Amino acid sequence: MADSTETLLETPLASLHRELGARMVPFAGYAMPVQYPAGIMAEHLATRSGAGLFDVSHMGQAELVGEGAAEALERLTPADVKILKPGRQKYGLLTTESGGVLDDFMVANLGDRLFLVLNASRKDVDCAAIEAVLPAGVRLNRLPDRALVAFQGPGAVAALATIAPDVSAMRFMDVLAVEIAGITTLVSRSGYTGEDGVEISVSAEEAEELARALLALPGAVPAGLGARDSLRLEAGLCLYGNDIDETTSPVEANLVWTIGKRRRTEWNFPGAERVREELDNGPKRLRVGILPEGRQPARGHTPIQVGGEVVGEVTSGGFGPSLNGPCAMGYVAREHAADGTALDLMVRGKASPARVAPTPFFPHRYAR
Amino acid sequence: MAEIKFTKDHEWVKLEGGVATIGITEHAQNALGDVVFVELPEAGREVAAEEAIAVVESVKAASDVYAPIAGKVVEANQALVDDPSLANSAPTAEGWFFKIEPADPAAINALMSESDYASFVDSL
Repeated sequence: MADSTETLLETPLASLHRELGARMVPFAGYAMPVQYPAGIMAEHLATRSGAGLFDVSHMGQAELVGEGAAEALERLTPADVKILKPGRQKYGLLTTESGGVLDDFMVANLGDRLFLVLNASRKDVDCAAIEAVLPAGVRLNRLPDRALVAFQGPGAVAALATIAPDVSAMRFMDVLAVEIAGITTLVSRSGYTGEDGVEISVSAEEAEELARALLALPGAVPAGLGARDSLRLEAGLCLYGNDIDETTSPVEANLVWTIGKRRRTEWNFPGAERVREELDNGPKRLRVGILPEGRQPARGHTPIQVGGEVVGEVTSGGFGPSLNGPCAMGYVAREHAADGTALDLMVRGKASPARVAPTPFFPHRYAR
Repeated sequence: MAEIKFTKDHEWVKLEGGVATIGITEHAQNALGDVVFVELPEAGREVAAEEAIAVVESVKAASDVYAPIAGKVVEANQALVDDPSLANSAPTAEGWFFKIEPADPAAINALMSESDYASFVDSL
């Protein structure tokens, strides 16, 4: 392996991963578990049927404190942050001046502050951008000493409720301070798998104790980044750097739903001009779901053709264990974006037939 | 029993009755993880040594499988196409990939012995 492991950062759960027999890989500057001995397929299916525990401590956590924090954040995102009630969380995009996506993120209203979760590969860029627009009186506190774990699957909340009853009353995108096995945590009922479940922020010192308590619950298995990727792909969720980046607009990415209604009257977020133009006239290309017709997966960067002409590119693709077949997403020229449109995926130079398909490929099962 | 030989690309080769059967090693299947798709060469194809002639896809990634020796493909394993997980469960038995009639059977002698391959894997 080219990357020297000495230069990689470790999460607070590194020794637990080793003990569980994880295969560690470099990801966004961290040594992360891509899978445990059970393997990606088994971890994926266990999450869809029971509960998978994922270490996502590489992700950035931060809080915005002070009068006008929501207003300040709205200078960087088209999301309606001000409308967010205490105890609620939402998904949003940070945008660039040219209308691209700087990052996708979660923001929660904790009453006296906003809590942010950022992508590992983008947290430094995001925090610099946020700090550059903060007015006097609003402060960004990065939280490098906090770990984050995701406990996902149809059995996750019921199992967690046996040791932390408060979580059962939470709805999708609720956020609550919860004591779990005597450990103070911040729980949000959300995730990146399409399943019901929670993400739990905890101090680095208590992360391993929390993870062990969760793994001791019935039906719980450790799951790595490999399963996380196949789960989010089946759920039709974007991966920053693959499916969205500084060149893709929120309209092209089919993420217009993250733009607040009020923001679409104010047009005062970075890149508003491009977003407005694309909403009025339609974007040149659109992110779509793609189902290959055979068994052959098409990976990221696979060219997409119609009638011998290149009309787009796959941005994420692989094998969906719950679909028991391949699935992908990518960008195609708008005239080829309708569900059911026949596409040729040029896998290793050969055309493999596929169709544009609605996402999610596997139905979301959130606790709405 | 024919001696099994190995390549640095993690294929195994077994010569029997003038035909070489080829598959991926236990080490390779473990590194790949769950195999979900294989693409195999057609019978009759003439192949060069070290030419990429098959593809094995796991949940995570696609990898090439190479012809360890020059020759003519005489058979591909349809059972593996129908059930790619055989590459994980029986990589050196039912999970074989293809059979080659070698242009020069002596070329197989130049490949690694089982103990050489074991040392090679340990050095990775």
